[in-house]
Amino acid sequence: MSKPFATVVESRTSLANKTGSWRTMRPEYVHRLPPCNVTCPAGENIQQWLSLAQEGKFFEAWQEIVKNNPFPATMGRVCYHTCEKVCNRGQYDGSVNINLIERSIGDMAIAKNWSFKKSDAQSDKKILVVGSGPSGLTAAYFLKQYGHSVDLFESHNYLGGMMRYGVPKYRLPRHVLDAEIKRIQDLGVNIVCNRKVNNLKDELSNYDAVYLAIGASIASSVSIDVESGATVMNAIDLFRKMEDDPKDFPNLGKSVVVYGGGNTAIDAARTALRLGTENVKIVYRRTVNHMPAHESEIQEALSEGVEILCLRTISAINGNKVILDKMDYDEENGVLSRSGENEMIVADSVIFAIGQSVDNSLVQGIEGITVTEKGLIDVDNCMMTGLKGVFAGGDVIPGKRTVTNAIGYGKKAARCIDAFLRGYEYVPGSKNEVANFKKLNTEYYKKDARKEISRLGDLNFEEKDVSYSDNEVVKEAMRCFSCGNCFHCDNCYSYCPDNAITKHEDGTLEINYDYCKGCGICASECPCGAIKMTT
Amino acid sequence: MSSLTMGNRFGRNTTIQSSIDRPNTLTSGHRACQGCGEGLAARCAIDAAYTAAKGKIAVVNATGCLEVVSCSFPDNSWNVPWIHSLFGNTAAVASGVAAAFKNKGQTDVRVIAQGGDGGTTDIGMGCLSGMFDRNDDVLYICYDNQAYMNTGVQRSSATPALARTATTMPNSQYNGSDPETGKNVPDIAMAHGIPYVAVASVGNLHDLERKVAKAVNIRGAKYIQVHCPCPLGWGFPTAETIRIARLAVKSGMYPLFEAENGNLVGSTPIEEQVPVEEYLRVQKRFAHLFGKNALPENIGILQKIANNNIKKYRLGGMSDE
Repeated sequence: MSKPFATVVESRTSLANKTGSWRTMRPEYVHRLPPCNVTCPAGENIQQWLSLAQEGKFFEAWQEIVKNNPFPATMGRVCYHTCEKVCNRGQYDGSVNINLIERSIGDMAIAKNWSFKKSDAQSDKKILVVGSGPSGLTAAYFLKQYGHSVDLFESHNYLGGMMRYGVPKYRLPRHVLDAEIKRIQDLGVNIVCNRKVNNLKDELSNYDAVYLAIGASIASSVSIDVESGATVMNAIDLFRKMEDDPKDFPNLGKSVVVYGGGNTAIDAARTALRLGTENVKIVYRRTVNHMPAHESEIQEALSEGVEILCLRTISAINGNKVILDKMDYDEENGVLSRSGENEMIVADSVIFAIGQSVDNSLVQGIEGITVTEKGLIDVDNCMMTGLKGVFAGGDVIPGKRTVTNAIGYGKKAARCIDAFLRGYEYVPGSKNEVANFKKLNTEYYKKDARKEISRLGDLNFEEKDVSYSDNEVVKEAMRCFSCGNCFHCDNCYSYCPDNAITKHEDGTLEINYDYCKGCGICASECPCGAIKMTT
Repeated sequence: MSSLTMGNRFGRNTTIQSSIDRPNTLTSGHRACQGCGEGLAARCAIDAAYTAAKGKIAVVNATGCLEVVSCSFPDNSWNVPWIHSLFGNTAAVASGVAAAFKNKGQTDVRVIAQGGDGGTTDIGMGCLSGMFDRNDDVLYICYDNQAYMNTGVQRSSATPALARTATTMPNSQYNGSDPETGKNVPDIAMAHGIPYVAVASVGNLHDLERKVAKAVNIRGAKYIQVHCPCPLGWGFPTAETIRIARLAVKSGMYPLFEAENGNLVGSTPIEEQVPVEEYLRVQKRFAHLFGKNALPENIGILQKIANNNIKKYRLGGMSDE
């Protein structure tokens, strides 16, 4: 046949039809900031190391932690984990036990003798760090990483500052602290103990920059009539004596009164119990809810038998009698006033834990460096004092006083000092939008209760071993929502009605805007809020 | 991290859709509306069938949305042997295709018929019943978007009670589709005693893929009905398709179950039943059930339907009475 039976037109694939032209909204992969990372005073990328822990990559997880914080095992014990308070999972079935995972990974690092990677950075600058508390050691760690030479002077015999002299052994065993400090020492930081800097002037000419991290080690006092009888001491002095002279623990008698509401007060009370005191009372002027001490610490102290007497101040100590003034608290207006009533309790020892102030004598008379009314050292946004090249951080400057905050200050100070030495000013990077709970689609997270392990042990100075097993670390880390950052669940790829998402060999995803019609299913079915619809 | 997502980094309990080498039997460039539940369900179902049959499938398509959007001449979105004949004869054509493969000795080729609810529950009902009756070796998949969508949202026999469509406009006398009408085709299929009947949802791809794979490996007539929300016809934002599918299941309005030889053998339990209102309120086709002129008993009618489903299909767990 010369003529075809029918006219046949070749069909073509619909790939020729670029439906992307329909789109009015455009999905984009974004990184949002997980709340845990936002709130971490040390600036840890918590989500990232949890993700590595999920895969059982504990060494890599540890390396990720120490990018921002050289003290994981210590943090896993003494950090007040603000991260867990804001964890989005807390609004679902209990926040991720970040603190305990960090501790377990930190302990793993000590057991396996993991060490810091030495950096290749080079510099001919020399920096003096004064004080070996968390802030000073952290600054030294980072400055060393940046290639500088670092001298660190510590006035005491032992290193660690408040981590040693402010945190009792049962919360932070000294072998853990020592191991984490030694790692920093091994980087080549020149540490000199028993070297008190009395006047900074004497040191300035030897260094290109100085970081003052001398902490706040003087116990604050109040004027109270004390007649002879009860032993009266400061919590800080008690802790220091027990560290420097561990064989001769003080005898506090049968009943002890601790005055104050912060973590130091709680630590002092629990230490008193461990020293054999039968009866420990904390006296605090405001209500329990106002106590600056961390809630878990308060709970643990209560379970150990510490009694908390709120809305009372100590007016006089007379022999074994402690006279308390009762206070009234007006809930509505938040006003505290004396009720006029008195109360008498008995104590063999009274321990004051009402705050600490700074010994700023080393900067006195130095031109440029100013101190606040409370004796704290003034610094600018770059943590530099009024004298060029002299920086300060930690408890010595105004701000929050926790170990984690001190580590954060140390890190920031190191960055600022490094920038200063290289001739520019440190500017923090811009922050992404926060991935709050509303941005998540929790349908895809199986309910799974948080694994809690009580830290309460026997009433002695031994720490209770509560670390997770390797499997438990993985299981708890798996509870992380990965807020704001893709964890490769492939929901977007699976659900796209237009097959407009390409999955690459390495698991990464890419939107094919040739075909994406902009329906937005990918964004609404993304569990962790890592896709944003834009116009 | 969570086995409820479509895929994960650990390769645990992942869907075919999440796999990098999924067959993509329905490829990009099709003209389904933004957020189309049916287009997505069709790709998932046929990908699952393709995988289960190791690539040896032939697909017969009824007239309807799916056919219109996937083969507007000269474009074709199907990457598998695919044929379209008429609106109502899909089951019959599929029976013929299956018979042809049988005669040629190619019994490894699995035949799938597919269509929307109109072409299945209304127009194609006679042919479908015949296919069931003869127990032809065909898997019939009905993508149920609960009305005739591409012609302008007219009511079908799968339209749920009280839904607004172009032909069941609520007014002073009517409240949408009459609750006394409609038919339950999965039950009708079960009554034929065919080897396998299942109801699935585009909001649960793990379950959908499993049911399709199971059906492909069974000889004889199989029927799977997939709930496919339609943003345009039901009136909801295009991004909400999956959420609405999920709400239908969680409220009991769309029971997921499977039956073998006419007997219920499994159902997807509802862990926490959500009130039907949550499902209805987000759809404009039920908007007349809310607002100041709404009759309060209407929600009750739908809640009763959902509660009956839970009892009838044992969505509270198979041990329940």
